[in-house]
Amino acid sequence: MAMPVVKAERCPVRSGDNVVRIRQIVRQWTVELGFSLVDQTKIVTAASEIARNTLDHGGGGEALVESLSEGGRRGLRLVFTDKGPGIENIDQALKDGFTTGGGLGLGLGGARRLSSEFSIESRTGEGTCVTLTRWK
Amino acid sequence: MERIPILKMGEFLLVTIQVDMHDRLALTLQDDLTEMIVKNRTHGVLIDISALEVVDSFIGRMLGNIASMSRVLDAATVVVGMQPAVAITLVELGLSLPGVRTALNVEKGMELLRGSLTATNGHARRQG
Ligand SMILES: Nc1ncnc2c1ncn2[C@@H]1O[C@H](COP(=O)(O)OP(=O)(O)OP(=O)(O)O)[C@@H](O)[C@H]1O
Ligand SMILES: [Mg+2]
Repeated sequence: MAMPVVKAERCPVRSGDNVVRIRQIVRQWTVELGFSLVDQTKIVTAASEIARNTLDHGGGGEALVESLSEGGRRGLRLVFTDKGPGIENIDQALKDGFTTGGGLGLGLGGARRLSSEFSIESRTGEGTCVTLTRWK
Repeated sequence: MERIPILKMGEFLLVTIQVDMHDRLALTLQDDLTEMIVKNRTHGVLIDISALEVVDSFIGRMLGNIASMSRVLDAATVVVGMQPAVAITLVELGLSLPGVRTALNVEKGMELLRGSLTATNGHARRQG
């Protein structure tokens, strides 16, 4: 079933400033949705992690931010896409501490824990798409 | 160029992070801080993050780097004022900030630093 999207915005993920901008949009929209402060902080942090991955590992891409309303349920969905090298082994990439870039290796696993729903699609040499949703 | 100010607070240095940090700013701060620690011969650094509404793994790594860098220069680091929502999120993210000490606010942070300094100085004095 298609999820009713109340509003949506596309944002580039091509610079550190873009990542900051995405954090601001996610914060503002979750405030509008009436998320608690802790829930706002969780999804903003998850968005920040994935946006940075899109930039650093995926060579830049795009984010789609969607405000959802389904029945009585309201939430925020984020879709990050890039045409970078892709992730060879998704299970391994999700493990805490796994990194190919000298990071802490916490971004993917952490973002999954901070989301209500989380999925990764990736093809080596073609790119990566990470979708995360947090319900109120 | 945009910079995060580093203030002298008595015998310590105080860094107040108020802006949403991006990579370049974070790296400049690390450089500036090392320079200040050496120049002022300080043994304690306070990093006030009470204005930060988000701490992701990037900022976490930066705080960890500052702490280990300071340690090499014989200065202790205390991160002060973390918002409760940020603390809760950090736990779920899995970021434990190893080697970074925290305190509720700047005053408590200064107490902590003074305490650790007295401990080490006291030891040195007994030796001499
Ligand atoms: N969009 C992407 N494109 C290609 N590889 C990716 C992408 N996102 C993540 N990865 C791979 O998954 C690994 C784990 O990602 P994760 O975010 O958990 O850690 P990290 O980015 O290396 O470090 P941290 O996020 O803690 O700073 C990365 O090191 C990278 O190899
Ligand atoms: Mg990452």
